[in-house]
This record gives sequence, C-alpha cells and structure tokens, in this order.
Amino acid sequence: MANSEQLAERVKACCGDSITSLTIAHGEVTIEVDPADVVAVLTELRDDTQTRFEELIDLCGVDYTTYGIESSAEDELQSMGPPHLAVVYHLLSLTHNHRLRVRVLLDPEHPLLASIVDVWPCADWFEREAFDLYGMIFQGHPDLRRLLTDYGFIGHPFRKDFPISGHVEMRYDDERKRVVYEPVSIPPRVLVPKVIRTEGYGD
Amino acid sequence: MTEIRNYTMNFGPQHPAAHGVLRVVMEMDGEVIERVDPHIGLLHRATEKLAETKPFSQSIGYMDRLDYMSMMCNEHAYVRAIEKLLDIEAPERAQYIRVMFDEITRILNHLLWLGTHGLDVGAMTVFLYTFREREDLMDCYEAVSGTRMHATYYRPGGVYRDLPDSMPKYEPSKWHNDKETARRNESRQGSLLDFIEAFTDRFPACVDDYETLLTDNRIWKQRLVDIGIVTAERAKQRGFTGPMLRGSGVAWDLRKKQPYAVYDRMDFDIPIGTTGDSYDRYLVRVEEMRQSNRIIRQCIDWLRKNNGSVMLENYKVVPPDRETMKRDMESLIHHFKLFTEGYCVPEGETYSAVEAPKGEFGIYMISDGANKPYRVKIRAPGFTHLSALDEMTRGHMLADMVAIIGTMDVVFGEIDR
Repeated sequence: MANSEQLAERVKACCGDSITSLTIAHGEVTIEVDPADVVAVLTELRDDTQTRFEELIDLCGVDYTTYGIESSAEDELQSMGPPHLAVVYHLLSLTHNHRLRVRVLLDPEHPLLASIVDVWPCADWFEREAFDLYGMIFQGHPDLRRLLTDYGFIGHPFRKDFPISGHVEMRYDDERKRVVYEPVSIPPRVLVPKVIRTEGYGD
Repeated sequence: MTEIRNYTMNFGPQHPAAHGVLRVVMEMDGEVIERVDPHIGLLHRATEKLAETKPFSQSIGYMDRLDYMSMMCNEHAYVRAIEKLLDIEAPERAQYIRVMFDEITRILNHLLWLGTHGLDVGAMTVFLYTFREREDLMDCYEAVSGTRMHATYYRPGGVYRDLPDSMPKYEPSKWHNDKETARRNESRQGSLLDFIEAFTDRFPACVDDYETLLTDNRIWKQRLVDIGIVTAERAKQRGFTGPMLRGSGVAWDLRKKQPYAVYDRMDFDIPIGTTGDSYDRYLVRVEEMRQSNRIIRQCIDWLRKNNGSVMLENYKVVPPDRETMKRDMESLIHHFKLFTEGYCVPEGETYSAVEAPKGEFGIYMISDGANKPYRVKIRAPGFTHLSALDEMTRGHMLADMVAIIGTMDVVFGEIDR
C-alpha cells in the first residue's frame, strides 16, 4: 500500500493545477476541486499511470449547512438559506493499492456539476441517489430519476433542513378506499441534543 | 401478418426470487430480455439520516440491519470508523475475536446465499443442508451477544464481552427424547471455543456434501455456466468488489491487500475465477467458505493460548462495568455521561472499509466534533452490483434473470439502506 505522502505527490503531479486544497488525515488523502473541473480531474486520475484509479468505490452527497453548529443554535437556522452541498468521490486503485477522496463544494445558489457516468459507469446509480437525497443536479446524466424514495416523493430528505419525521404521513382511508397522504401528526423531537466538546473541556 | 412487438413485464416487488423487495420492469422480446429497469428503495429506512440524529454508539445496532445476512461485518466497518477518528485501537484479543466472528459471518452469509441460490435455480436439498449448519453458527452469535442475528457485539474499543465458558444446552422435550438430546448436546459440553472447533472439524465435510450435490450437477451447470459473464475490465468499471470481482479473475481482497484487524497474521488463500460467469462465482464462494474455516481455526488456536482484556479501559469512550460503577463515584459520572450524552469524536473524516462477504462494505464518516456523526455514508457492495443488472441480463432468457439476481447475492437491507 503506497503511503499517503507519496500518493499526494503523485496526485499533485497528475492534476496539481486544478486542486484547490489537499489534506492528509488518518492516512487518507483528500483533495478538493472546483465543480467545473470534475470530469477533467477524475478522467486524468483514472488514466494517469501513476494514479490509475480504476474503480469508483463511492459517490455521495453531503450537506454542510449545520457543520459545527450545536442543537441549541439550530433553532435560529430557519433562515439558513440554501444548503451548502458537496459531492464526495471515493476512488480506489487496484494497480497501486491506494485510495483517494475527492470533494467538490457546490455553489449554494446553483448546485450543479457535470455527471461522471462516462468516466465510470457505476456512477449512474450513485448520482441518482445523491440527486434523490440532496437535490444537486448532475448535468449530462442520462436518466436522473429518483432512486431510493417513494414514487412521487417531494423534497430531498437528507438535507439538514428536512425533519427526521418527514412532512407527510400515509395511511389507508377506509371511506375513500385508497391510500391518503396527510401532514405529519407527530411533533419533531430531539432525544439527545447535539453538543460539541472541544479538547480539554471541564479541566 | 400479425404485428410482433416487445412487451413490458413487471417482476416483484414481492417475489421469492427477488431476494427481498426488488421491483424490476423488464422489456421482453418473447422470452429474451431486452432491457431491465430495477426499482429499488422499497426498503429505504434512511439509516444514514437516523445515524446523524443519534450518539455514535447507538447506531451500531442499525448496522446489523443493513446487510442482515452479514451482521458483524457491517458493525466492524462502523466501529472501525469511530475508532479511527478517536485514534484508539481495540486490544489484541478483541481483534482476534472480531476476525473469528467476521469469518463465521462470512460462512453464515455464503451458506444462506448457496441455499437460496439453489432454491432459485431449482435445487431444494442444498437449502435444507445449509440451514442446518447456519443454525450452529447462529448459536455462536447467541452465545456471545444474546441474539441470533442482530448482535451489536462489536463496540468502539473492543467487543462487548469475552467468549463464554459454556454453551447453552438442549433439554429433552416431547419431540426429542433423552438419548437424542444427549447426542445434540455432544458438542456443547465445553466452552464456545470448543463448540466452534467442533464445527470447524465437521464443516469441510459439509461443504463436500454441497459440492457433491451441485458442482458437477448437470442441471446446475446448465443454469449457471456462461450466464451473466462480466469481464475483469468491465467489473472494475462497474465498481464490483468481493466475490463478484474475484469471480472475474481479479485477485483483490481487502483482507490481503489492505489488512485490517489481525488479518495480516492469518494464513489463507484467495480463490479467483477465470471466465467471470455465475458458475465461477459459485466456485469462488464455496472455496471462500473453506478458507474462512481455516481462518477460524487459526483464531481458535490463538484465543486458547492468549488471554487478556477484550475492551479498552478508556472510560471516556467505553462504559465502566456495573460493579465499579456502583462503588466508584467517577465511574458513575462516566456512565451517566456516556449514556445521556455519549462521547464527542474529534473533528475529521474517514473512510473505513472491510471485506464483507458480499464485497467491500465501507463507512464514510464525517464528524464535526459533536457527540453525533455529522454524516455517515454507507457504501454497500450490493448497490453497485445490482446497478449492473441491466447490462448483465441483456440478451438472456427470463429464467436466467433469477439466476443472475441469485449470483449477485443481493440483500435489500443494505441496498436500500
């Protein structure tokens, strides 16, 4: 397994101009790139003989809106504005036996980026899932439908402003002889508040 | 002349061969599949979102319910992600126990896969045999954790408790007389390790039995050989991992290539296929069961010779035992804090993967320094495998569709999450 410094050097040599930040933590290398460069950078990482990332292991969305904010402050988030979305790719090279994480922070106003279905075909369902759960648009995806949520579902459930109990609940109505959707009757509640303790708290 | 046209057919969501709740909309030309569109998500429970609303330790139980056929492997990935962020390492004995139970889990999973794959393709007997062996392994689960399936046995910092010294025994009933009960209790006289050892002694012969039924069986071969071929190149592009990738001839196994826990001290081989068809994947999985058996034996040897703690004594993460809690003020405070608020994990992100029976199972975890994970992404092997269903079934007959779903070894708990 190549060590992380070596990998970082190789990645820099491969597409150094497009990388906006590079961090090494827990022996894992993370790079950040601009949404406009995604396809070029990932294709380069796949084809360069020094990096050779044959497999896209994972692709997921992240909503960074409440990052580092405790529960007590979350009430003020009603006015938090558009979500700060990101897409994270995990790449794996079988040839060199190393992994790389690529993060793309999206513009909150226009969460758009290019699809990488042409780079790795398995991105198809991953992108559909990320679109379904977070609502970013993958331009050029051949079939960007919802994947995991119900037919006719409204909203993007993994965004931080989406309540854990959802907006609608479903039941069978005996009089109308069909399934009906109604606003959720359970008030949202937090069982364990989110707290952030920094190192050395309570000393 | 009558006009001939394709028709669309619906498969599932409730179908015994769908291995759960899979709906597939198929476009058929006669009995030949032109295109399939799998609709998943019927078992979607938003596990990742639920994990974001709970302290770290409370989500371990959810991991069992993802791939509900390889419970402890899922826990292993999750627990390792937390351990990596906290920068702690489980004691050696706990690592060996984890490896042993990972391999028990692998056998459990492959046995279920073999039995149900046989059922799909029309072989009833294998199913009955494999479930007999599964019962013994589930007793091992029960002995260490108290439950047969959803164990929550691995914890950050080790495993919940050490292996028990005795196994529960059967009692005579009106269906089983004394003599029969004594026979059933034969391997249960000693500790759990004795029980597992007795299992590993008889298991290779059991695998031989399955192979006698299937490997050279004409019908089995007619149904599997050259069905669902994936080339090595294509398998990589489609993000395949585990037996699906090895079946295509790529020797890639995280236990060898990126060893975690104590796999680097284990002696075992990785079987690979040649043509990448369903039959090769069958052979690979059967051989993996034999290799798992070898690993379990090595773990038993080590565990017999070496004693020690199975849990760290870091009370900022691991709850103190109840006895000290009742004597010691500080332990009481630790206990209270851990069970009301949990522990805060330093800010950072990590991806931890394990070689689960179905392929690479990974947890991508982001922590913002709080007592709950900021984001947990579960990388399920079955998700990428199923996404290749369309390209694997094109041009095959309708009946092969069932064989291909079977060979993928899909479980909807992890695909839908």
